[in-house]
Amino acid sequence: MVIEENGSQPATSRGPLEGIRVIEWGSLVSAPFCGKVLGELGADVIKIEAPGTGDEARQRGPFPDNTPHPERSGLYLFANLNKRGISLDPHTGEGHRLLQELLSTADVFLENLPLDTVEDLGLEYHTLAQDYPGLVATSISPYGRTGPYRAYKGTDLTANAMSGLSFGTGHPHREPLTTPLHQASYLAGVGAAFATVVALLSRDLGGRGQSVDVAEAQVIGTLLTGYHLPTYIYRGVAGFRSGNRMRLGLFPNCVLPCKDGYICIDAPQMEQYRRFLDLLGEQEWMEDPRYRDRRAMSDQYPEEAESLIAPWFMQHTKQEVLDACLQNRIPCVPVRTFDETLRDPQLNSRDYFRSLDRPDTMRLTYPGAPYRFSRTGARLVRPAPTLGQHNREVFCDELGLSADALLNLEQAGIV
Amino acid sequence: MMDYSNGGNEGPSLPLDRYRVVDFGTAWAGPMAGQLLADLGAQVIKVESKERMDGLRLGRPIVGDDLAGGDRGLWPELQPVFHGINRNKLGITLNLKSEDGLDLVRQLLAQSDVALNNYSPGVLERLGLDYPELRKIRPDIILVSMPALGETGPLRDVLAYAPIIQALSGLMSLVGYSEEEQLVGELQAPWSDVVAAIHASLAAVAALRHRNLTGEGQFIEVAQLEATTSMLGEAFLDYQMTGRIPTPRGNFDTAYVPHNNYPCADADRWVAISVKDNADWAAFVLAMDNPEWCEEDRFSDLRARLENVEELDAHVSAWTRQHTALQITEMLQNVGVAAMPVMNIEDQFLDPHLQEREAYLEVEHPHVGVEWLYGMPWLLGATPGGIRAPAPLMGQHNQEILGDLVGLSQDRMEQFSANQVIY
Repeated sequence: MVIEENGSQPATSRGPLEGIRVIEWGSLVSAPFCGKVLGELGADVIKIEAPGTGDEARQRGPFPDNTPHPERSGLYLFANLNKRGISLDPHTGEGHRLLQELLSTADVFLENLPLDTVEDLGLEYHTLAQDYPGLVATSISPYGRTGPYRAYKGTDLTANAMSGLSFGTGHPHREPLTTPLHQASYLAGVGAAFATVVALLSRDLGGRGQSVDVAEAQVIGTLLTGYHLPTYIYRGVAGFRSGNRMRLGLFPNCVLPCKDGYICIDAPQMEQYRRFLDLLGEQEWMEDPRYRDRRAMSDQYPEEAESLIAPWFMQHTKQEVLDACLQNRIPCVPVRTFDETLRDPQLNSRDYFRSLDRPDTMRLTYPGAPYRFSRTGARLVRPAPTLGQHNREVFCDELGLSADALLNLEQAGIV
Repeated sequence: MMDYSNGGNEGPSLPLDRYRVVDFGTAWAGPMAGQLLADLGAQVIKVESKERMDGLRLGRPIVGDDLAGGDRGLWPELQPVFHGINRNKLGITLNLKSEDGLDLVRQLLAQSDVALNNYSPGVLERLGLDYPELRKIRPDIILVSMPALGETGPLRDVLAYAPIIQALSGLMSLVGYSEEEQLVGELQAPWSDVVAAIHASLAAVAALRHRNLTGEGQFIEVAQLEATTSMLGEAFLDYQMTGRIPTPRGNFDTAYVPHNNYPCADADRWVAISVKDNADWAAFVLAMDNPEWCEEDRFSDLRARLENVEELDAHVSAWTRQHTALQITEMLQNVGVAAMPVMNIEDQFLDPHLQEREAYLEVEHPHVGVEWLYGMPWLLGATPGGIRAPAPLMGQHNQEILGDLVGLSQDRMEQFSANQVIY
């Protein structure tokens, strides 16, 4: 993943966030993925899990052979790369004291806890700020930590619902579709990582720590669906679903079946469309004025318009479509399934995927870090921790507990 | 570690206000990375020209066809989508097809911390603005490139908009109702652009931290395809662990049931309901007033409910249809069950929660007047940032940047304008 800089020096550090310590107490996707991203950039991320059960993600699949096992959850393994793991119950007196000790060594406290846990344990920012004025306290939740719904329960489904993205996705006569694979939580995790690093920069330049409040619904509701607001205000269009085609665009902008799967075409520029028509070869309908108004074709009679180009795709495979469209500079590609993406020549020529060994599972291949830094690296090096894997390292070697004290805590179920 | 115990100095309310960013971005991905930095105080200078105008200035007019201003040459200033992604920026117009234009942009880069672009592979090299060249001008510069598929590789020249990238990443293959039905595929938003923009701005601020500590700048490549794919690990592991290729499953989730968007009393109104465990289920049943069907064996535990999810959804829909989405949300949230109306942009705009969090803000634009734009995606308690200025008009800040900062005299400015260098 490290690019040598024109043959000069190699990367100089573990990553641009080397020296930053993050204490992560979270479950499932949003906070863990934020921790994974910060870890990939070089931060030392210590993940707190409940003794015995661990992160709820450990109960979720996918599992090898569909057999549940807390050390084999694909969701857990992916969202917790590049961090160390400890088990600790901060609901106990001694556990709470150890959490405080950890926080006193930390730059960032990262959580996606239920609001009542935050309040019960005094983990709100205004309380933390008194003891740890330099701490950046990053909170990720479905709807955010302020506002009338702050105590509402939520999941990725309900965050997507509030975000406006679900309403527009799917067929007009069917139920709206949420984003697949907890995407609202992942996106909020990356956004929270950005806001957290900005807060660290601000602190480093003479400021104090601060709170970072990230709502999954609001990240999408601003950056992704916020651009629909003018269409509503000026045109009164509150939203609608348009199935397999992008709304308010120019034909062709849709997903269609081909011989062995699906393709996606999105060719807004006239010259792209002309090259596509050339590829199809001369046909009678191309002369009809009804099929020259690309806006009307997209908005008013898209099914009819799509039926004109659909036969060509049905005669060709994904690979044939890709080859022809790449050669003719037409934005049209196969819709890859995940086995295909894993073998994708583009990603693999760039050495994108990373394979890691870990006890309890076979060797697994993960998508890599999406940044290539010429100097500081950003690497996937550490598989997700087993439950409590780094207890001794963190509690004894770093916080100075004796081996006996750790054993006592373990027997009491605190660690 | 610094000692903050006696408070230190209060930081600036705009945490990035000491950084200057030159934004060569066009359309979505590049300019949005610039926007995320500008929202938090960076001085972001957008470089355009009549020769190469940001495509978003040329989109379909939304303000009203009669107002499109084509005759008056105003159309490029009337695009609300452009105004969202380019708020808080300064705008200059330099023709990069001229040597003088390139020379001026180099002078600007010599005084800048970060340069952002989402050009196609090879364009920066052709302009002589690739990293080895920029380093000569400004040794500690941070250059962030956001090519669609990457600077290298057999498919690097694929012409790609967001849906194209979503298709190649695998994400699109999961957007649909079931394996048997025709794929939906499209998310109605430029997903990949936004994913890439957040990753790129994250990489930029992380690199600024490294530069502040070491004095080193660097080149960072954030391929939009790789950013999109980096959030899909679950599906790759699913395939490797089970040998099964992931396929669309509507709103189905193996950990929650009910888990769907259910129809409500009015046409095309829906409510999202997510029920997790037996405690949640008991509360849910109570909120529905203990209907008889809940006592049937086929709904007795999570496994049974998952196996009979279609029948279950039919029963739940029969209940939700009797109420509005807001009523259902209140009934369920009162007993601690996750629910939320499936909002459209009107609902979002009028929602009291999103209003309190200032998700949408009024901005005064010189040609459009008062305009509503989306607000901040995240809330930083001490240094929140926000919208300070509308998107720049073409060349609005030429004097401020090229005159005052780069140091061109009035005569030179006029001469360059006449020669279509400042253009």
